[in-house]
Amino acid sequence: MIADASRERLDTFPRLVLHHAAKRGRKIAMRHKDLGLWQSWSWLELAANMRAYAAGLSLIGLRRGEAVAIIGSNRPRLYWTFLAAQALGAIPVPVYADAIADELGYVLDDAGCVVAVVEDQEQVDKILSLEGRVPKLRHLLYDEPKGLSDYDPKSLTPISDVIARGRTRLAADADFSRGLEASIAAGKAEDISVILYTSGTTGRPKGVSIASGRAIAAAASTVAFDKLTDDDVALSYLPLAWVGDHYLNFAQSMVAGFCIACPESTETVQQDLKEIGPSFYFAPPRVFENLLTRITIRMQDAGGFQRFLFDTFMGIARRCGEAILEGRDVPLHAKLLYALGELLVYAPLKNALGFSKIRIAYTAGEAIGPELFSFYRSLGLNLKQLYGQTEAFLYVTCQSDGKIEPDAVGPAAPQVDIRIAENGEVQFRSPGMFVAYHNLPEKTAEAMTSDGYVRTGDAGFFNAAGQLKIIDRAKDVGRLKSGAFFAPKYIENKLKFFPNIKEAVAFGDQREFVTCVLNIDLSAVGAWAERNNIVYGSHKELAALPQVYDMLAADVAEVNRSLSLEPEMAQAQVARFIILPKELDADDGELTRTQKVRRGYIAERYATLVRALYDGSSEATISIEITFEDGRRGELAGRLAIRDAQLFPVPAREKVA
Amino acid sequence: MSNAAASVAASGKAPTVLLEVENVSLRFGGVKAIRDVSFEIRKGEVLAIIGPNGAGKTSMLNCINGFYHPQDGHITYKGERRARMRPYEAASRGIARTFQNVALFQGLSALDNIMVGRNLKMRRSFAWQALRLGPALREEVEHRAFVEKIIEFLEIQSIRKAPAGTLPYGLQKRVELARALAMEPDLLLLDEPMAGMNLEEKEDMCRFILDVNKQYGTTIALIEHDMGVVMDLSDRVIVLDYGRKIADGIPDQVKRDRHVIDAYLGIAD
Repeated sequence: MIADASRERLDTFPRLVLHHAAKRGRKIAMRHKDLGLWQSWSWLELAANMRAYAAGLSLIGLRRGEAVAIIGSNRPRLYWTFLAAQALGAIPVPVYADAIADELGYVLDDAGCVVAVVEDQEQVDKILSLEGRVPKLRHLLYDEPKGLSDYDPKSLTPISDVIARGRTRLAADADFSRGLEASIAAGKAEDISVILYTSGTTGRPKGVSIASGRAIAAAASTVAFDKLTDDDVALSYLPLAWVGDHYLNFAQSMVAGFCIACPESTETVQQDLKEIGPSFYFAPPRVFENLLTRITIRMQDAGGFQRFLFDTFMGIARRCGEAILEGRDVPLHAKLLYALGELLVYAPLKNALGFSKIRIAYTAGEAIGPELFSFYRSLGLNLKQLYGQTEAFLYVTCQSDGKIEPDAVGPAAPQVDIRIAENGEVQFRSPGMFVAYHNLPEKTAEAMTSDGYVRTGDAGFFNAAGQLKIIDRAKDVGRLKSGAFFAPKYIENKLKFFPNIKEAVAFGDQREFVTCVLNIDLSAVGAWAERNNIVYGSHKELAALPQVYDMLAADVAEVNRSLSLEPEMAQAQVARFIILPKELDADDGELTRTQKVRRGYIAERYATLVRALYDGSSEATISIEITFEDGRRGELAGRLAIRDAQLFPVPAREKVA
Repeated sequence: MSNAAASVAASGKAPTVLLEVENVSLRFGGVKAIRDVSFEIRKGEVLAIIGPNGAGKTSMLNCINGFYHPQDGHITYKGERRARMRPYEAASRGIARTFQNVALFQGLSALDNIMVGRNLKMRRSFAWQALRLGPALREEVEHRAFVEKIIEFLEIQSIRKAPAGTLPYGLQKRVELARALAMEPDLLLLDEPMAGMNLEEKEDMCRFILDVNKQYGTTIALIEHDMGVVMDLSDRVIVLDYGRKIADGIPDQVKRDRHVIDAYLGIAD
């Protein structure tokens, strides 16, 4: 593959498509479930559609160097838009589909998009509402016609029309067709192949420009590392605008020639997963968490015999499942029992989850609980961790098969060079590393060291096994008044491993002690309430129940106990906590679009609560504005209880005799 | 004059009447459910029938789709005055309906429930269908393709295979609407399509009803209690009270009508 690359100049995505069309033309490149059926496109068809679409885009005036916004969920025509734009030397700019119009307007304007290609009416409405704010935008294309029949046809065009016009012209005009081939051939490795906007934990999103050659080099290195081939299949359900989807699904598929399957809708992902049975799978920890919560709830409602089977064989899997997965020595009787368990429990369970054919699964983004991690691995799922960044075009570190640690993220990925700076910050150089932040030379300079390393902003260290361990954002790691170490995310993650706690935000920098704001997990706590015949009317009511406070107090005490065992963290035990009456929400700006908490903003927004957590009161008042999904606003007000948590004695440091 | 009528009038044509109710009266023994009611349903419009409890709204729908047979008066559908039409005949002539209390086959999947709506369109005999062979299979594939369009239209792909009885109420209502649409009706009767729904479900349902009306050009007559919904949704409103029609007009007109205000607020004049 890499040897080929030098001869065929396989350093742009459109040329990769043509390469696959020539080499494995009849193999399936893409699938999409539509009207209840899986539609498929071979590499040959994909290449034909890419050409026709590119031709159509050039007919409506798209030129080299111009930007094309892509907004929507994972649909074939939106993926084709990347390829068609790149074929003309234009730059695709995917934007998160759930971004509100304001955010959308900012990105479109910043990237200077001249064409916007969107999924459906919802996105069309957002773009039309930007009237006048995106002066460069000339064309609006859409995929799904539903609900758009009344719109002014002059202001929008279906993607299918653009493709059809392109196809007709290509067939009729040989010169035009040669021009398109020339345009594809003119693509260079240094061309910007995509601008990915980071969700931005602070301030406005930044456009990370990725060069085509680097993107493909990075993808080629991990394709080789994980031995991905054209027989693999991935379900592309991650946000199109996220580096994770663009790298793991799009770029890796383009390099390895494997098939990406697009789900029918966001609600059907679980069923589509089961139908497709992907062999390569990525999910953020919260997906694995939700699945385990669901399994646990279902098993609690199951009959006695089924529960007995499940508990027995999960016990066996816990004892020897991971060892078998990693090919370590296991006594024969354990192997036999495990095989029986595979037959009775693990295989059906994996099948129900759509995990039957998974060869390689990754998780990343947040820390994953050791038990959660072991649960899936003990079932025989080759789940590994990686650590990455948009600026790296994903991979910085990743774990290889068999060398797994739940609380670390692995050694440097292939061809990646990592070092730890004096302040603990992780810095790297990688094949896919970004070229620049779009329009932000100062920010680009800030992110790079003078010798060409990228600053990740994360604090971490390499453990004894040589795997990187990320503790927190470098700038978030603070100190208590006593001078002791305070790593908020470390504490929050420990809290979030409890099924009842969905989200936690810890405070403590420059304070006497650590306090915490918690979110209950509505499905887990709701199921508990149902089992115990406890009536509640809303999230707010459920979260305020004293019994719920009791349950969470026990969880917090458990976290404190585990913190007390670690000398560096023992002083950072959670002294007091409060339960929020609402879920933290990206629409309220409390989470980023990738669902990470924005600690600073939360501290500001819930200032009254934080004050009460530190002034010793047993109650706090809250009065905040909330945004509903449709953009309307409302007010949330009330009084919330504050609890003191059980603290554990800090072990005295062993003195050197 | 209604919006629909106004726009039709502007284009120089008289509104086409799809169904006409003339002096219809319905009695159950001594109880007079409907007394001498006349109105028309015009092609392509959304007509709302409102009124206090027991005003005769559901009885009116039941007369239209042939479930009840009025003692007096006539119903003319597609220009044809009918004597005693049975529900089956009404259905085969293009009148579909949903019910106040969801009436789905609880044990069947959402998909199968919707496929039931295609039954009248199937030409192969029961025996062929039972064998699932040749022509019957081809026919089923065609119908399934049609049903899939409706499933996509109403955004219920994720519950295709779920037993109807396990679905939340709002979704059951949507499946019921899907089944009615599967009949490709000319006239769709909706009996309280939004009863028992929360605000978000209501908004969704409103959007779907308007989309059905626009996209498929289906004429819709609906019964609804939520006045906000009625005013947003309908081209024309008919108000019944104690079995009598007390108002008929565009929403704004009806809202200001003295009789309507009295009927709803219970003030005698």
